[in-house]
Amino acid sequence: MNLPEELKYTKDHEWVRVEGNEAYVGITDFAQSELGDIVFVEIETEGEEIEQNEVFGTIEAVKTVSDLFMPVSGKVLEFNSSLEDSPETVNSDPYGEGWMIKISMDDASQVDDLMSAADYKEMIGQ
Amino acid sequence: MHESAYLGSVAILLCLRMVCTKQISLLKFPFYLCEKETTMELKHIALENKHEQMGGKMVPFAGYNMPVRYASEKEEHINVRKNVGVFDVSHMGEFMVRGPKALDLIQKVTSNDASKLTPGKVQYSCLPNDKGGIVDDLLVYMLKEEEYMLVVNASNIEKDWAWIEKQNDMGAEMENISDDVSLFAVQGPNAGKVVAKLTDLNVDEMGFYTFDKGNIKGVTDGVVISATGYTGAGGFEIYVYNEYAEATWDKIFEAGKEYNIMPAGLGARDTLRLEMGFCLYGNDIDETTSPIEAGLGWITKFNKDFINSDELKKQKEEGVSRRLVGFEMIDKGIPRAGYEITDTDGNNIGKVTSGSISPSLGYGIGLGYVQKPHTKSDSEVFISVRNKKLKAKVVKPPFYKA
Repeated sequence: MNLPEELKYTKDHEWVRVEGNEAYVGITDFAQSELGDIVFVEIETEGEEIEQNEVFGTIEAVKTVSDLFMPVSGKVLEFNSSLEDSPETVNSDPYGEGWMIKISMDDASQVDDLMSAADYKEMIGQ
Repeated sequence: MHESAYLGSVAILLCLRMVCTKQISLLKFPFYLCEKETTMELKHIALENKHEQMGGKMVPFAGYNMPVRYASEKEEHINVRKNVGVFDVSHMGEFMVRGPKALDLIQKVTSNDASKLTPGKVQYSCLPNDKGGIVDDLLVYMLKEEEYMLVVNASNIEKDWAWIEKQNDMGAEMENISDDVSLFAVQGPNAGKVVAKLTDLNVDEMGFYTFDKGNIKGVTDGVVISATGYTGAGGFEIYVYNEYAEATWDKIFEAGKEYNIMPAGLGARDTLRLEMGFCLYGNDIDETTSPIEAGLGWITKFNKDFINSDELKKQKEEGVSRRLVGFEMIDKGIPRAGYEITDTDGNNIGKVTSGSISPSLGYGIGLGYVQKPHTKSDSEVFISVRNKKLKAKVVKPPFYKA
């Protein structure tokens, strides 16, 4: 199970890559492997201010529909529109080309409360 | 088919907080991702460990720990459509019905006309309840005079047994062999080539919905090999006693090696059957849907009496107000069981009972009950997907045409 050390993780199986006051968000390798083939990513919140733990989009696998949650409060700056035509990228490259949104954080200190790779690894029992 | 029960792994904890309506899928296993599980004893198919070794993702389904996929559902699906794949569907139930009253009992409890069967023939049928709905759908095998095998859905084994036993006032002999039998479905255009290598039976000559008893070379005799399946891809189903299950499974993979045979999970099984428009019990048909509404008039024969035949005959003659239809998405989106169906004015006209993206076609397809007159082909309907009403069109299944 691939869990990059430099990322932060949420209990909802999302990862956050911080770049200054901005951050990239996606779902973890564990999440994609549990969900199976990702067939649809719907994110229509570009430009919106969204609170931590509120829904920013939806991801559908062959058999499941899941909400996506903001790991920290902020504004959705950009949606990875390549996922519209190639949702399977989330399976093949969850931490890279499979990123979902880029956000500007309201309060970067919220990141400190997210999980480290080790904590997340323990949570998923790997 | 239903799920139940307990997945004692971390998978339960995984939850992108799924939109965990009760309706996500007919296979219902999506819940394993977020259900705070009730701890119920899971039943085990003979080759559970084998599937785990082969990389199968095991989930509770119909009370059994079953492989939902091995790697990619889409890949497994396409491999069955274009090549050959194997499903372990040993969770299915098998009842033997024997004796001079066997046919009488089957004629009473099933809607199709089992008197048309001859030894070696299989019939799709259903068990009507006495309230206009369906207890289960099933296959009826005629093994020989006065000996039949009924194959029922795993989730309904106990219910069906109790129901049929209750109707058995004529004294047919019944035996539930579900726990003793494994069932492998070898499906796809190359299935015949694989199965032909396994047995001395002439499977090439075997017509659709016929079967024979024969050997699996080097394993055992008396195996039922039947030209049936739930995929629309062609192929065979092999019923073998559990003690020979592993050897048979291994022989299938040995024989299929040259064709790159792959195991396929219940996920692919579901999308394959949906592409054909086949009903799934618990989703598209249940205790509240009549066979006439479900488009199963073709297995409902009124030249004989059976449970509730009078009411169903009346339905057939007078018509029903809703029917199960197929639809394909015109707007981009994936229909899911439970989503509302509306007309162009936004009025509720029905509900999706099965829905998915079609791996073969690449767009959303589904089944659902809609009110007349929206049941006509090409009717424009709308599927409520989250906060949107997405356009779809009524079409007559199969969605996928080989």
